[in-house]
Amino acid sequence: MNSTRNPCFIRIRGVSKLFGDFVAVDNVDLDIAQGELFSILGGSGCGKTTLLRILAGFEKPTTGRVEIDGVDVTDIPAYDRPVNMMFQSYAIFPHMSVEKNIAYGLRKDKVARAEIAKWVDEVIELVQLGDFRKRNPEQLSGGQRQRVALARALIKRPKVLLLDEPLAALDKKLREHTQFELMNIQHELGITFVVVTHDQEEAMTLSTRIAVMDKGRLLQVGEPKEIYEYPETRFVADFIGTINTFDGQVSAVDEQHIHVDCETAGGDLLAFNEHELKPGDKVCIAVRPEKIFISREPPENNEDIRVKGTVDDLGYLGNLSLYRVRLESGKVILVSQQNRQRSAKRSIEWEEQIWVSWRPRSSIVLVN
Amino acid sequence: MASLIQKDRLWWHITVLVPYLWLLLFFLLPFGIILKISLAEPILAQPPFSPTFDDTGTLSITADNFAFLFSDKLYALTYLKSVIMAAAATICCLLLGFPIAYGIARSQPRTRSLLLLLIVLPFWISFLLRVYAWMGLLGNYGVINNFLMWLGITEQPMQILYTDFAIFLGLTYSYLPFMILPLYATLERMDLDLVDAAMDLGASRTTAFWDITWPLARAGVIAGCMLVFIPAMGEYVIPFLLGGPDALLIGRVLFDEFYVNRDWPLASAVAIMLLLLLVVPIVILQKNQARDAEQAT
Repeated sequence: MNSTRNPCFIRIRGVSKLFGDFVAVDNVDLDIAQGELFSILGGSGCGKTTLLRILAGFEKPTTGRVEIDGVDVTDIPAYDRPVNMMFQSYAIFPHMSVEKNIAYGLRKDKVARAEIAKWVDEVIELVQLGDFRKRNPEQLSGGQRQRVALARALIKRPKVLLLDEPLAALDKKLREHTQFELMNIQHELGITFVVVTHDQEEAMTLSTRIAVMDKGRLLQVGEPKEIYEYPETRFVADFIGTINTFDGQVSAVDEQHIHVDCETAGGDLLAFNEHELKPGDKVCIAVRPEKIFISREPPENNEDIRVKGTVDDLGYLGNLSLYRVRLESGKVILVSQQNRQRSAKRSIEWEEQIWVSWRPRSSIVLVN
Repeated sequence: MASLIQKDRLWWHITVLVPYLWLLLFFLLPFGIILKISLAEPILAQPPFSPTFDDTGTLSITADNFAFLFSDKLYALTYLKSVIMAAAATICCLLLGFPIAYGIARSQPRTRSLLLLLIVLPFWISFLLRVYAWMGLLGNYGVINNFLMWLGITEQPMQILYTDFAIFLGLTYSYLPFMILPLYATLERMDLDLVDAAMDLGASRTTAFWDITWPLARAGVIAGCMLVFIPAMGEYVIPFLLGGPDALLIGRVLFDEFYVNRDWPLASAVAIMLLLLLVVPIVILQKNQARDAEQAT
């Protein structure tokens, strides 16, 4: 889109939702910009679907307000909101043909017949369903049903399209393909997409920004890279990708670095001091497996963090090799290395004594 | 291998044969007998109808009984009244049963089984006893009238028992579960997201009901209506116990012709007409459904 887009197109303020005693959504504040492809990521029962249903108008928040494009929609019922939703089950009307399913929204808006036909043609072309328009839903494959659901939700040109686990029901190959198609459609139409998903990989590839939710609360909002490289909490670090963690205590602070004494690492680990920590503070050092190097000889760079270990287990994945390394403390960490050299021989074997090392910049400091 | 397939085919034939045999023995055969009797003349003998073939072996049948059914207005009126009564009870069962079934289908799984149990609970008591209980409720000095008089709404007891209204009440009460259960079965299977989706696309709650819930519940509605209407048409006990002496419904007429007048041929003709009256609309309905299903594919 362009620079004039509204950064607070969707404005969620202090929204909570209680079901009896259960807090499904806990005091959420969130802004979503116009034209964004925004993902809400979390495990099952984290409140992400409830939040989506609040945006759609199926649930009324117990407290808080929701604004869309400057209009407070908190008390506006679902059928009067400029928002459409694609359901996880797709919710295709089984007693209507593909065409009738897609036209349903316009028919309810009393749009003229000729107009409806034109729009239906257009959107059917967009999702490439031309050959199936007269079919009944039960004759469609999963991928085709997904397209019908998408077309039906898009035809009213909503200001916001809500997608509840849009790809969860598709097999892996189709999912990857559909992912890019969704992104293309979103780009083409410029509609703001809000996607709910439990699949971190999906969220990473699809989204301009991600919000991570747990137990009804919003833990972190940011671009995929920020969320991955700079997680603010242990939950986010753990949920997105895999990560190795070392609990410890700050032992010394110099100009740039902090030294963290971690028992499981068998000594001090170095990290950049981004949180203005003092000696004695309890922190957690986290490192992504791909940021760790593995070598037979001790690494030469003195700046690097170096720990000795033995290879417990290794797995060859083609592009990557995964190592489970047991440190001297007994802690097992995960290391992944890209297989840059074409070779049938393995360089490092089971039970081999090796060194693992990483740059201080790769150490993520998590403050509990 | 070949023998295995043959064995399979044999079993297949046997399993298919059983229901056919059942229908033949307990439906077609009795129907043939009734048809035969309906074409005979009543005589004072044992059995009380003339044989199909007389002494000389020639066929002796008559359509007099059917002609009589059409000539005497009483029978037409009785059929009509039975249809009206059964239809009224069916509609009332549908109006009551739909919200009940909907409520049960949308309730928490734990309360759901309890509610279903409550629906079938009356079946644990004899049908006859339950109809008798209504007599106690509806009588001139029954529970309802006593309550109304105690409230001071009426001075004199109202005549409820032995009226058509009592029959209607009895039919509705007795057959309500047969409406609720098939409706529940279809509504319970329905994806709740469908209604949400309709509302999301601009349908109000009422519109969503008529666009989505109602058409998808149609199979249950039809099954429920047939399960109520058909037995209600031929109901004998309820009109006999709760209706007035002039409450001539088809079941009652049938009984009277058989046991009071001992006119078996006429009674058989009544029964055949009743069957036709019920079967013809069902066949038409099924043809329609088959055509719909064909169009759908």
